[in-house]
Amino acid sequence: MITYSTHLLTNNLKLIIHQDKSTPLATVNILYKVGARDENPEHTGFAHLFEHLMFGGSVNIPDYDGPLQLAGGDNNAFTNNDITNYYLTLPTGNLSTAFWLESDRMTGLSFSEKSLDVQRNVVIEEFKQRYLNQPYGDVWLLLRPLAYKVHPYRWATIGKEIEHIEKTTLDDVKNFYYKFYNPDNAIMVVAGNVVEEEVKDLAEQWFGSIQRSTPPRTGYPPEPDQHEFRECTVERDVPFDAVYRAYHTCSRLDREYHAVDLLTDILSRGKSARLYNELVLKQKLFTNIHAYTTGDFDKGLIVVDGKLVKGVKMADAENAIDEELQKIIRVPVQTDELKKVKNKIESTTEFSEVDLSERALNLAVAEYMGDVELVNTEIKKYQAVTAGEIMEQASKIFKKGNCSVLHYLSKTTSN
Amino acid sequence: MIIPDLDRTHPPIPASWHIEPVQQVSRYSLDNGIPVYYINAGFQNLVKVELIFPNLRFGKDFPLVGPAANRLMSDGTSKHNSRELAEAIDYYGAFLETEEGPDYCSLQLYTLTKHLNETLPYLREILTDPVYPENELDVYRQNHKQKLIIENNKVGSLCRRKFANMIFGNDHPYGFFVYPEDYDRLERGGLVSHHREKYTSGHCTIVVSGRISAEALRNLNAQLGGTDWTRSNGVTETNDTMHPSPGKKQFVPVDGAIQSAIRIGKIVFNRSHPDYPAMTILNTVLGGYFGSRLMSNLREDKGYTYGVGSAVASLRQAGYFFISTEVDAGSTLNALHEIYLEIDRLRNEEIQEPEVKMVKNYLLGTFLKGNDGAFHLAERFKSIHFSGLDYDYYDRYIHKLTTVTAGELKEMAIRYLEPSTLCEMVVGSK
Repeated sequence: MITYSTHLLTNNLKLIIHQDKSTPLATVNILYKVGARDENPEHTGFAHLFEHLMFGGSVNIPDYDGPLQLAGGDNNAFTNNDITNYYLTLPTGNLSTAFWLESDRMTGLSFSEKSLDVQRNVVIEEFKQRYLNQPYGDVWLLLRPLAYKVHPYRWATIGKEIEHIEKTTLDDVKNFYYKFYNPDNAIMVVAGNVVEEEVKDLAEQWFGSIQRSTPPRTGYPPEPDQHEFRECTVERDVPFDAVYRAYHTCSRLDREYHAVDLLTDILSRGKSARLYNELVLKQKLFTNIHAYTTGDFDKGLIVVDGKLVKGVKMADAENAIDEELQKIIRVPVQTDELKKVKNKIESTTEFSEVDLSERALNLAVAEYMGDVELVNTEIKKYQAVTAGEIMEQASKIFKKGNCSVLHYLSKTTSN
Repeated sequence: MIIPDLDRTHPPIPASWHIEPVQQVSRYSLDNGIPVYYINAGFQNLVKVELIFPNLRFGKDFPLVGPAANRLMSDGTSKHNSRELAEAIDYYGAFLETEEGPDYCSLQLYTLTKHLNETLPYLREILTDPVYPENELDVYRQNHKQKLIIENNKVGSLCRRKFANMIFGNDHPYGFFVYPEDYDRLERGGLVSHHREKYTSGHCTIVVSGRISAEALRNLNAQLGGTDWTRSNGVTETNDTMHPSPGKKQFVPVDGAIQSAIRIGKIVFNRSHPDYPAMTILNTVLGGYFGSRLMSNLREDKGYTYGVGSAVASLRQAGYFFISTEVDAGSTLNALHEIYLEIDRLRNEEIQEPEVKMVKNYLLGTFLKGNDGAFHLAERFKSIHFSGLDYDYYDRYIHKLTTVTAGELKEMAIRYLEPSTLCEMVVGSK
């Protein structure tokens, strides 16, 4: 149970305060409601590149990290399809430094050419390190455009290609900033050993004067239902074959999300899960295999992926996956197995609340999902899921026409 | 609301903060003599029980037996097969994890406090009665072999392993270079006898953290305190032979690599050495945090890399210092040049006061974070306990942190970072 209070500043910045008297620390988490889905299809990877530029100096503060480190703090940020999130942690006594830093970069950036030049290179190196210079690194660059034809989830957060990052200009940066980095498009969580009234005053004092607002959003083009099986085969310089399947499913905001999440848990969570025991331990077709939901804010995917044991034929491996998926469609999940995955949700929720900054993030995301109280009530929705609902989701999702499969083959195997 | 006299150009004066003494563990012994160290803290109703065993003497013929024996312990006992054990643990929402380190192996049970009593019996069973089934061993052999082959296709991973091999040599567990074929030599018999020798009550240390009741501690004794559990000791107090190669440089070309992985460093000393605290402060200046000189130079100024860092790793038999990064292949030589330039700067120029202050404050903040919560406090304890130190180490560390001078840091750099003594491993293309 996480306790909190919520407030709305006059400029429509949402403020959530969570008090934890046991810690000497405070966390400030600012979620901006902008992600890769907000990008221009001809200019992808931009939301993430922009995240880097948020550290390149703001209107009154040339260097973000220095003063924070001087105050004993550290920080980080991440971008995904839906959000860009910035968080810092520091000793509670230095909380005002956090307000000074964060409000200044919400007020304005320094927009320097040098910072853009360098961060373009840094992000290009990130692109190479994580997506190109790694075995199986480009999977999501291939799978997304296969599964999505219309919705912006068809590109990865890092971007479609390096060229998109290379061509960024300072004007692009400015436009993006003024469009999305506004108080009414942000959720701020202040957590830790803090006093509610003091935090409210600090927020009003530092953020209250920022008076920009975000133009109305037009929404995202919905992905049409998929009715035809899609297949893509690539050969790469990797040692073993792998298969990646993507099935369309609901968004994490939908009512049926909890059943879908438990469905993948039954297939793949922990060492007792079905896919591991059947396909890895018993049939020895895969060295590892996973199933999970992407949990996106718009309609997402269930991904089933695995690496094949050397010498196993792709067709045999895929048939075995199909058999497991058919089983969960046809045979009701037993009470104990359902109880097991629900218990696991209970404990993982509890574990996710150990860390102060994780609690702060959970609060911000719940607020963006529509109700901050979801941090405490999601668990009840999981508890209410029935075996019938899981079967219903399985039969709805695991249809051939709803599937996009990527066969990622080893060059040495196929030769 | 606009407050006219709000100064946005200067930082609000950082408050000086108070460092509380680290909350210490309590200690008691089980009936069979196993020492239990516990930290009772935290709001969440969670508990972590960790059973830690020192690694046996390194045997070159069986470099992989130790990790395999630890990992496969939960894959079947005489009463339950691997799936039944996993079902039982998962049913209570608990997690059983294993950790295979260079000095210790451990079993870790994470559970809701309310399910500790139901899950502990399985922990006992796994620890005292593993059968190492052939089927699970087959799968382990094959899957780890494939995993290693994939790792060898990553420049970063290959560089890390080759660098360790370079500085410690092949006769030492820290440096031994494992080949995929080595997995073929793993046999059930070896695992069984390894288990018999290593997982005795005489070798076991238990660390418990989280929300723990007196009843939970009694239950721990009931489950793991039995005298039926063998006490006999195998040889664990080892000092393996090191064949370090100071000053060696090696380049491993990788066709088509678009980035090169770089590691530069050497054996220094571990946490028990009097210079360790000052050395960690110097390391922070060089590459230990986001504002470090290497990050500022290679990433924030030149854009050669997504990230670069350095660390002083403290192990039981030694400690080592290393710099690590992956850089754009075309910038490999430039990056190397800049790294050595930064080392030279530390040896030739005193660090200016504002930078020293920033690093001190950053490390004080990091220290506070490391004391926050039961799980962190357990790590604090393990760091000193397994280095043969007591909590006064942290007093000395904080004292050093608040009093260290630029001159002292320069002295450290001159003494320990002489470039001709550093090893360099580059994997990629240049």
